[in-house]
Amino acid sequence: MPSAPTQPHRVVPRTAPDGSVIEGERLEISMGPQHPSTHGVFRMDIVLDGERVVGLKPVFGYLHRNHEKIGEGTTYLGSMPYTDRLDYFCSLTNNWAYALAVEKLAGLQVPERAQYIRLITAELTRLQNHACLGGFLLQDMGASGTPLMYAFREREKILDLFESLTGSRMMCNYMRFGGCRCDLPPGWAGRAGRVADEFPRFLDEFEALLNENEILMSRTQGVGVLPPDLAVNAGVTGPMLRASGVNYDLRKADPYGIYDRFSFRIPLGEHGDVYDRYRVRVLEMRESVKLLQQALRQLPQGPVLDPKAKLRGFRPKPGEAYARIEAPKGELGFYLISDGSPNPWRYRVRAPSFINLTVLEDLCRGHHVADVVVILGSVDIVLGEVDR
Amino acid sequence: MLGQGIIKGMAETARNFLGSYLKPERLVTVQYPEERLPQPEAARNFPFLVYDENDTQQRLRCVACQICEKECPPQCIYIVKDILKTPDYLGKLQFQPKTFDIDISVCMSCQICVEVCPFDAIKMDVAYELSTTGRFAQLLLHKEQLAMSNPYYHKIHPAEAAEIDARLAAEKAKAQAKAKADAQLKAKAAALPGPTVT
Repeated sequence: MPSAPTQPHRVVPRTAPDGSVIEGERLEISMGPQHPSTHGVFRMDIVLDGERVVGLKPVFGYLHRNHEKIGEGTTYLGSMPYTDRLDYFCSLTNNWAYALAVEKLAGLQVPERAQYIRLITAELTRLQNHACLGGFLLQDMGASGTPLMYAFREREKILDLFESLTGSRMMCNYMRFGGCRCDLPPGWAGRAGRVADEFPRFLDEFEALLNENEILMSRTQGVGVLPPDLAVNAGVTGPMLRASGVNYDLRKADPYGIYDRFSFRIPLGEHGDVYDRYRVRVLEMRESVKLLQQALRQLPQGPVLDPKAKLRGFRPKPGEAYARIEAPKGELGFYLISDGSPNPWRYRVRAPSFINLTVLEDLCRGHHVADVVVILGSVDIVLGEVDR
Repeated sequence: MLGQGIIKGMAETARNFLGSYLKPERLVTVQYPEERLPQPEAARNFPFLVYDENDTQQRLRCVACQICEKECPPQCIYIVKDILKTPDYLGKLQFQPKTFDIDISVCMSCQICVEVCPFDAIKMDVAYELSTTGRFAQLLLHKEQLAMSNPYYHKIHPAEAAEIDARLAAEKAKAQAKAKADAQLKAKAAALPGPTVT
């Protein structure tokens, strides 16, 4: 393990010889929405005192597409392709969360094989999301290209799997209420197994490249520390919460699908800084590989769609349902209220990136503007999901 | 020692750089316009309409039931029914679409129209070099541009098309057998002496 992190940077008030605090002139800058480090169209109003950030206001909404209102206007099935476009890196986990909510509402049972396929695709999604995030984080720090391209090389293998399974690389639209749209193509499970078996080699390479790099350590250790109590109070979920040392993973805390049948561990961080967030994600990828190998070994035969499920004329009984899953970015929840008509009366998405972003000001206060970029990168946002 | 981690990382980069010359699996990119990777069978892009035999317009499988128009999430399909009915593959009289437009600048390639179609009439194409110089008219595809032959469908999705052809043939055989049985029954009924009144 690398050395212990340095103490977090603190704003040291400058004092005049007579002891009074010197306040410099405050400078307000607007970072974004067209800034390459903001991962999309996201704006931050930053208040600076010299080089230090003293205030930060995130401004959302540049990519607002009316997702929830569209969901209320279209049929239950019609919202499924729109969920791909929430967090466009992880369309399969979005599909799964939405399908779970509707299945809860309509009381559909998912066949055994479909459960396994869902778990496999979700863990593949987690692998490619975390790999990309590592690449983007390093790109934000100025390691232009190399780590990102290594990560994209691995992601490409997973996207090829998605394409041969669902027909699309990113906008998969694969899951249906009561199962999956189609069965695995011949030879797919073997290919997925090979990708899973080779993935730890990439992780070793990635860790050798970065883990002990002094520049990376000095840029990330002690930067953007998120204390566990603040993380819990702010509703932060996902790897960001676990990096602060809080053991909360929905796959263990509220098992959905068939996660309770597999053995895997939840990696936790100690310090809650950017470095821990990066490390937790790398370790989580190793656990995902274990899950994938177990699931692919046990993959049963059988149907992939509940025979009671129907595509057209789907009208669940009046009621409400909330389903949540551990998406790669955190707790992704869908809340639906049905009034018995073909479209939901209320459709709400609990987007993890949006809620994780609310602590951004607390993370950035006292740091340089250059650190803001790194901290934002470690939060792992996708603007499609933040703005919806 | 300070800098040890950086040197380790550099060694990794060098290994990758040299490896890309020596090991083909480390070099994953292809030179796109000259080299093209084959598409998987499940690949999808934009929908097209399947027609049987050689008649591009009269033998469209589409019967203008407008289910896809209703189910399409971004509502990019526009259908107008024809007044005339034409016989389909079973010999049953069915409507035909007079207008069938898909605005592929709106279409999001979700495949829901394919899934809900009860007549296997609309399928996903795999063509991907579709850039045009116009934003509106050239991206609005009409019935004539959308119609593709069944052999073309076989070419792009062989397994799926063979399955559908087998199903349609079975339906046709069943319909013919039923028609034959009906005809025989009718003939029998005609041959039987009518009820007599005493």
